[in-house]
Amino acid sequence: MTAPEPAARRPAAPVRVAREGLTLAWRSILKIRHSPDQLLDLSLMPITFVVLFTFLFGNAVSGDWHAYLQFVLPGVAVQALVFASMNTAIGFNSDLRSGVFDRLRSLPISRAAPLIGRVLGDVVRNVVSLAMVFAVGAVLGFRAHAGLLAILAACGLILAFSLSMCWMAALAGLLARSPESMGGFVFITVVPLTFGSNVFVPTEKLPGWLQAWVKINPVSRLSEAARALMTRMPVGGSVRDSLLWTAAILAVFAPLAIMVYRRKA
Amino acid sequence: MSARAATVGVMNSTTYAIRAEGLVKRYGSTTALDGVDLAVRQGTVFGLLGPNGAGKTTVVRVLATLLRPDGGTAHVGGFDVARRPEKVRELIGLTGQFSAVDEDLTGHENLMIVARLLGLSRPDARGRVRELLTRFGLAEAARRTVKTYSGGMRRRLDLAASLIGRPRMLFLDEPTTGLDPRARGDVWDLVRDMVAGGTSVLLTTQYLEEADRLADEVVVIDHGRVVATGTPDGLKAKVGGQTLDVRPADRTAAGAVAAIVAEAAGTAPVRDGADGVVSVPVEAGRSGTEVLTAVARRLDAEGIAVNELGLRLAGLDETFLSLTGTPPVAPVPAGRGGEDDRKSR
Repeated sequence: MTAPEPAARRPAAPVRVAREGLTLAWRSILKIRHSPDQLLDLSLMPITFVVLFTFLFGNAVSGDWHAYLQFVLPGVAVQALVFASMNTAIGFNSDLRSGVFDRLRSLPISRAAPLIGRVLGDVVRNVVSLAMVFAVGAVLGFRAHAGLLAILAACGLILAFSLSMCWMAALAGLLARSPESMGGFVFITVVPLTFGSNVFVPTEKLPGWLQAWVKINPVSRLSEAARALMTRMPVGGSVRDSLLWTAAILAVFAPLAIMVYRRKA
Repeated sequence: MSARAATVGVMNSTTYAIRAEGLVKRYGSTTALDGVDLAVRQGTVFGLLGPNGAGKTTVVRVLATLLRPDGGTAHVGGFDVARRPEKVRELIGLTGQFSAVDEDLTGHENLMIVARLLGLSRPDARGRVRELLTRFGLAEAARRTVKTYSGGMRRRLDLAASLIGRPRMLFLDEPTTGLDPRARGDVWDLVRDMVAGGTSVLLTTQYLEEADRLADEVVVIDHGRVVATGTPDGLKAKVGGQTLDVRPADRTAAGAVAAIVAEAAGTAPVRDGADGVVSVPVEAGRSGTEVLTAVARRLDAEGIAVNELGLRLAGLDETFLSLTGTPPVAPVPAGRGGEDDRKSR
């Protein structure tokens, strides 16, 4: 059997996987560029969240929505990205059914590349969403009193966590029978994570039984870290805990998603 | 002895681009493939013909390494699809039944992504993409999103995408379904070009005309089994070109009529439940009139009255019907382009 005309000299496997993943992430970005309605999708939720929670809970929780905005915005950013992980789940689930995926799987590329590409592309979308949250927050009067580095660190923490959530969502997308059945994923993970946290209400004001969960909830820890970093408050162990959670979720769900995907594909 | 067997093995793998033996695929209690054998010679077009749900797509998916068979073996370019899928993927191009191009991207971007995934450098990828876009008549539309493309343009882009890696074997799953006659003709021309360039093509189709025009060899499958193999001409000859129709006056006599017809014609007849007609293809080498006379005599002897008894020339449709027991799908008539179907999806 003579070898087929080689497309190019093949680099080492990890380099190839990374390149293939990046090429597919580029595909996601091109898609956003071509359909501005996706951009609208991406920004609508963050805008709604910021406006809704600031004015809905602001006066009730803090007595003053301006003060509340300072408190709630970093958490809303976290919440928006956790919700955005649903996009990964739904998008990946419908990807799996599409002809495009069949084509990708018939190419001599890494089996994991489409999955990695999806997740990387979604991280880019998350950057847009995050920027949107802070832009709207700034318009309403949110002021970060920290230096640029601290703000970037907070954004980095949130994005890293959203990356780990993307893998969890990708697994959900793989296991669900259809995009419509993704509602379960939202109720089992996204809702308890975001609402069962101190994003909206300080932990002390919550009932005791809920406090136990809220205190260990990664979204709480991450919100505390982001809040502390952006408003120059002591971070305590929140940054460390956020990173630990991120690493743990990534370590469990990324290999699991790749394994399930390989078995399925 | 063993040395000879080994030689034969090598010979087979080089003579045949694709070879499948006893492929079985089950989905729960349904059996999609029930022991399919096929062999595609290098540099030829192989037609996989069958009605909807016959298992054509499943065969393609197994051969293209998208599905693992539950039984049997398949070799593409000499590599086992189940054991060396990564090797097989380097040899094949696939155009699935459903469009595998991204609607939100331009034609150029769609091809660039595939080219880059195949490891082409950016300048090489650009060159290859430009070449294919021109060859497929898409150069002008290259910078438009695929959403704005007609059904025929999408198909051509799809084909172009499957050719970027210069595949030695090309799988085309119903490449012209939903296309208007002109677009279908374009696809046929492109397939002929590829074969002229040495590529082997396996295409599935519900259209007899398509298999007849393009394929060197045809396998007809139905309910996951091969019901006929041969050249398109051979298949037509096999069923003689003549069909005998008998319409009993009393429909309840259809069973008895079928038995008589089967005996006289030597083939199992097809019964049309709607109008009670029993039809049978007359095998090549038999005389139509002899079969007709034999049937008439037996009907008379058994006292079965008929409203209609006659011979007619079988079309391709009858060939198909007699092989699968399912009427073939008529190609989309001119004027009612398939592009609307595609857009509505």
